[in-house]
Amino acid sequence: MKFDTLIIGGGLAGLTCAIRLQKQGVRCAVVSTGQSVLHFSSGSFDLLGYNQLQEVVENPTEAVRELSEEHPYRKLGDCVKEYASAARDLLTQCGVEVKGDAKKNHFRYTPMGELRPTWLTFSELATAESASSYPVGKILIANFAGFLDFNTNFISGVLTRHGAKCTHATIQVETVEHLRISPTEMRAANIAKALEMGDTLSEVIRQINSLGKGYDYVVLPAVFGFKTSEVVKRLYEEVKVKILLLPTMPPSVPGVRTQMALAAAFERAGGIFMPGDTVRRAVLENGRVKEVFTENHGDEPLKAKNFVLASGHFFSGGLRATISHVEEPVFGADVDYAEGRENWYDADVNRPHNYQAFGVHTDECFRMAVKGKTIENLYAVGSMLSGARSLEEGSGAGVSMLTALCVADEIMKGSTK
Amino acid sequence: MKMQELNISDNNFEQCTKCTACTVYCPVVPLNALYPGPKQAGPDGERLRLKGESFYDEALKYCLNCKRCEVACPSNVKIGDIIQLARIKYSKKKPALRDRMLASTDLMGSMATKFAPLVNQSLKLKPVKWALDSVLKIDAHRTFPNYASQTFESWFKKHAEAKQKDFKHQMTFFHGCYINYNYPQLGCDMVAVMNALGYGVNLMREEKCCGVALMSNGLINQARKNAEVNIRAIRHEVLDEKRPIVGASTTCIFTMRDEYPHLLGVDNAEVRDEINLATRFVNQLIEDEKVKLVFRKDFHSRVAYHTPCHMAKLGWQYHSISLLRMIPGLDFVALDSQCCGIGGTYGFKKENYKVSQGIGAPLFRQIEESKVDFVSTDCETCKWQIEMSTSVKVKHPISVLAEALDLEATAKLNMK
Repeated sequence: MKFDTLIIGGGLAGLTCAIRLQKQGVRCAVVSTGQSVLHFSSGSFDLLGYNQLQEVVENPTEAVRELSEEHPYRKLGDCVKEYASAARDLLTQCGVEVKGDAKKNHFRYTPMGELRPTWLTFSELATAESASSYPVGKILIANFAGFLDFNTNFISGVLTRHGAKCTHATIQVETVEHLRISPTEMRAANIAKALEMGDTLSEVIRQINSLGKGYDYVVLPAVFGFKTSEVVKRLYEEVKVKILLLPTMPPSVPGVRTQMALAAAFERAGGIFMPGDTVRRAVLENGRVKEVFTENHGDEPLKAKNFVLASGHFFSGGLRATISHVEEPVFGADVDYAEGRENWYDADVNRPHNYQAFGVHTDECFRMAVKGKTIENLYAVGSMLSGARSLEEGSGAGVSMLTALCVADEIMKGSTK
Repeated sequence: MKMQELNISDNNFEQCTKCTACTVYCPVVPLNALYPGPKQAGPDGERLRLKGESFYDEALKYCLNCKRCEVACPSNVKIGDIIQLARIKYSKKKPALRDRMLASTDLMGSMATKFAPLVNQSLKLKPVKWALDSVLKIDAHRTFPNYASQTFESWFKKHAEAKQKDFKHQMTFFHGCYINYNYPQLGCDMVAVMNALGYGVNLMREEKCCGVALMSNGLINQARKNAEVNIRAIRHEVLDEKRPIVGASTTCIFTMRDEYPHLLGVDNAEVRDEINLATRFVNQLIEDEKVKLVFRKDFHSRVAYHTPCHMAKLGWQYHSISLLRMIPGLDFVALDSQCCGIGGTYGFKKENYKVSQGIGAPLFRQIEESKVDFVSTDCETCKWQIEMSTSVKVKHPISVLAEALDLEATAKLNMK
């Protein structure tokens, strides 16, 4: 099999790069080991939420200048603004509706009801202007009976602390109740599917309207619209109380919808998506990657002019830690990490951990290296890059999308030369 | 380090991070909540079953074995295998007469082809359907595939075998039960395409049903016997005769490559890479520039491709799609990859009928809306399900190719 560009990893970073390239006529294939971190999305895309002192960042595009030299954003330089706006456009073109501004963070809710700074949020979810602008007045927190991945008590705890008067209520409809036969399957995605069967949604809306009479807001779990956001639109049109839709524990319904929308956009543009396959080994020749071999394709090589690695951080298997060292399993590429395991983490789980910034070593245009030698046609994008501390600084989605767009442009530059 | 390696099972179930990605893609749970879902039935349940077999839940029988959970798993946990192995190891339920009949595709096929016209007519009769439904619990809504009056094997011996030695290259065709007993035409198309590409077709010295229906109906010992016969024959073809094995059905090929070692403990390591799917075999020859094709100028069709679950698991849909897209005059429509609901013999059972149709409903809707002349897919049971549940006909990509190729001109180019 021969492609122009082969992308390893089908999450936010891999698909962003693939869509950008495929739309410009570069023939791409994406190989992806299972589903991505978008399935655990809390409903927002972060660009930069906190600075190194753990203070909330107001303007992410300005604050990136103060990051350490090694941070992937620093390699993008002044292009951060441009790529942030291109990333937003790409989401919109794929049918993913978001709100937010790269020059001014807004605030999103965690599944526990706390506000956190962020860049873009799915349009359907509740957001706030500032870190302290929690809703006040009479709030009804409504949940589906038996749904444990929505922590109503935590949410009402937070909202009450900020001056609201909270009441709890349950919604009970037959198709959702049916799921409770196997209580472990009472999950956000299954509820979303149940709500799309028959005319379940009308009954849910009727119950919300009846329970919500006299309240200023009704808080609901984000379990609406598995495949399309049509269901969400109807909810907003027909519910008479102001809705505050909050994210649930995984799986994330808007996250899954986004994953499917991105994959579909890539395939519509003519790209080849190969889900459920893993790259097992690579062949390098004269400082270039020649071909890779995967689990499903066995002895049949996948050849390409350029290769992009977007296989994620430790959690997704893009990086692997042994007792003594950190490695990148596909190419054996050079990794930036601290010597000595005791320097990898802090015994206090709440303090910063060094392993977060570990990742593959890249040059100024995100090309990887093996044993100190740059590989001409091998790029890395997303959370596997060294230098970012996505959890502490709130930069995961931004690093994924912005570096993916930058690498796509690098590859385009090379192909037009 | 050694310790860690020794403690990882073949199914990788220790690698489950409880991320829930698999539960999003299970087609069964939203329609049948009696099924505890891939995470609970698979790795979570396995932890309990290791403590004691009383933790085994007969509800695991509701698993379709579509493997979409495995395709979704980011940690390479063999969720479907864990579930099927648990059924094999712990299920106390004996297969009913109905299950034995549905499972014994080659025995039933060889009996039915002898009286094909009679069998085909009677399977359409209301009283027969009623009897199948009420006595055997085979749903009356189901249409049985027709049986052919001449098996593919006997057609091949009479009309094709003699001239196969004339071709420079040789391959061995695993035809499977469906082509042999129900639809020999696909076998004929396969021979026509292979011959045009310069390949002579051979059959195995002995071919048994791949055993997938036996496995899903709990007839494990019979399935293992079939697997052993097939692997012995495949070893002869591949290792002694140096001929690759090529089949047209995704499920047969998937079963022989992956289910034999994973579920039946039948080793195929030496020959696994040589067990190939027809569309992949042809597309590889084209990509490696080993063959040339000449297409007819008068072929015009709008075609949607449906990715069968076991194709999604094999990860080879690229090849079938590439072949179809290559055909001039073919207007290609991509469908969302999702289960059609039949699951082999699963959908034939009365207790599964409603779930089966519910799973397929979004696919049927997509097909009706796509305004295609026909659907193409590599799986025979998907074909039955789509033809029964929509207004369109289904053709195998190899049959489409046989129709679209100028076979004579192609043969001339590949003779040298």
